[in-house]
Amino acid sequence: MADVLLEGRDLVKHYPVKKGLLQRTVGWVRAVDGISFTIERGRTLSLVGESGAGKTTTAKAVLLQEKPTSGTIFFEGQDLNLLSRAQLKREYRPRLGSVQQNPWSSMDPRMKVRDVVAEPLVVNTKQSKQQLRSRVAELLEEVGLNPELSENYPHEFSGGQRQRIAVARAMALNPSLVVLDEPVSALDVSIRAQIMNLLKDLQGQYNLSYLVIAHNLATVRYMSHTVAIMYLGKIVEYGEGENLFLQPLHPYTKALISASMLTLPEDEEKGVKQVILSGEMPSPMNPPPGCRFHTRCTEAMPECSQTVPELRDVGGGHKVACNRV
Amino acid sequence: MSKVLLQVEDLRTYFFTRKGVVKAVDGISFYVNEGETLGLVGESACGKTVSALSIMRLLPEPAGRIVGGKILLDGTNLLELDKKEMRHYRGRVISMILQDPMTSLNPVYPIGDQIAEAVRLHQGLRDEKVTEEVVSALRLLKIPSPEVILGNYPFQLSGGMRQRVVGAIAMSCHPRLLIADEPTTALDATIQAQYIALFKDVQKKTNVSILFITHDFGVVSTMCHRVAVMYAGKILETATTREIFKDPKHPYTSALMQSVPRLDQKGGRLYSIKGQPPSLRGLPTGCRFAPRCPVVKPVCREEEPPEVEISKGHFVSCWKAK
Repeated sequence: MADVLLEGRDLVKHYPVKKGLLQRTVGWVRAVDGISFTIERGRTLSLVGESGAGKTTTAKAVLLQEKPTSGTIFFEGQDLNLLSRAQLKREYRPRLGSVQQNPWSSMDPRMKVRDVVAEPLVVNTKQSKQQLRSRVAELLEEVGLNPELSENYPHEFSGGQRQRIAVARAMALNPSLVVLDEPVSALDVSIRAQIMNLLKDLQGQYNLSYLVIAHNLATVRYMSHTVAIMYLGKIVEYGEGENLFLQPLHPYTKALISASMLTLPEDEEKGVKQVILSGEMPSPMNPPPGCRFHTRCTEAMPECSQTVPELRDVGGGHKVACNRV
Repeated sequence: MSKVLLQVEDLRTYFFTRKGVVKAVDGISFYVNEGETLGLVGESACGKTVSALSIMRLLPEPAGRIVGGKILLDGTNLLELDKKEMRHYRGRVISMILQDPMTSLNPVYPIGDQIAEAVRLHQGLRDEKVTEEVVSALRLLKIPSPEVILGNYPFQLSGGMRQRVVGAIAMSCHPRLLIADEPTTALDATIQAQYIALFKDVQKKTNVSILFITHDFGVVSTMCHRVAVMYAGKILETATTREIFKDPKHPYTSALMQSVPRLDQKGGRLYSIKGQPPSLRGLPTGCRFAPRCPVVKPVCREEEPPEVEISKGHFVSCWKAK
């Protein structure tokens, strides 16, 4: 049995929509609508989907930045709902790290790099200035930056360097799980590869688990061990390793893969057709009945507008929620 | 052989700042044929957008100035026109789409008015004629029920629809050249695929030439006929899309291709280009890619390589290329 670090079970997050003078709740945004996933030690789970799919909400629930409407998160078998706030702060939070998408907004421009990286240590541990300084130098070296730069301010660094600083900060407390929300999408192509390689190296070295949020499937394939494709608050396909890329089963996954493929002029001549979806993702306030994807699906059947497909195991850890499969 | 619509020759755009001269565009040449899409690819700060703004003559003056070169549109040098004549070209002959539709549309006017503004200004039409043009522009961009949508405000539309509206404004006056600056970067993957298919269709219908600025090789492969790869203010390689992907000649082009994770390949470790692009204020002598180049030779650090045509239509600036 694999060593499960974190498990999310039936997570639901609904946000109320309020209107009018009395701020009455007139509806609910079903950002995340009952999803389950596991993250194993030393491995990477990626959540993939377009904006509004509920990826970031899921990540926020894991980081305790949002309290789920219902559902449970287990960390090393411990139900987080049963822990007090003090316990969470002491036992759970320090085990997490987080890297945000935009390295220009994720750090205080008035703090020196040394303070940015040391902040988690100052908040969660009692260390002397001497200890802090040497730990920060160690961390900066680890992410490939010169420790002498720790007296500089964030604006003196390029995007790639800043993202390295953000990684150093996330690593400060020796976390078990790092949440990476679009870690490379704000970076230039030639810098992306550097950061992805760095993240992979760190994972191997410290047996880290990653929860990656991404919209670029190619990046995901390179980074992850398990992939969950999300659409309108639900997981539509869940695959171990290569399964999902070699044999995509859900029409949405197929469309996403087709959209991220390079199509060369000669492919077009050969008649390789891109799958282009019509329409846009419906509002999560009012998701369509039946399968949520049926309004845009290229393979929809009449029953898809009525029957909600369950996420079913099709073997080899590959799960899919589609009435056709 | 199709006709050349836009020909840029040795264009140089510099920014004069207190800290020194920034050579944002440092002698680039390329052409765009009628009905063709040329992709201008490169990383941030390589001069893609400045090239576009130079063609539109919309540089932030007086800091940014075109200090040399020619921009020939159908034989007319745009750099010799005065302000009034240039205004005649903008919108009517050349138009532009920007990256973020949320900032390029005015949030307090209905989108119909915003398209009508362009139509009225550039075509001198009035009343019903204007509405007719607006509706036909919306229809060209396949916006559903255009008569209703033109009364909507930008916030009522989704990101993909907003970008279509921006496209409708750009196409409303039937331009011959469209400059699209990262038009799909802000869109989701499936919406991006829709948008690109849409623009290929628009091009087929109108025979408009497109200068497509992007950093994304995936978009280039689907959208462009030819590609120019830019680095630190220079074009290093120009070729047909097929040749660029099959047989890149410049080490930067091939390094860039290798560092992009491909969906159809499972790689262990990604190839990464070491270092960072040079500062445009103090460019290295010789080839500007030399400090990061994996196959650098002594001559590369001393002299800038000339652009050579190694096969028909395939231009490379590299000492190694043969």
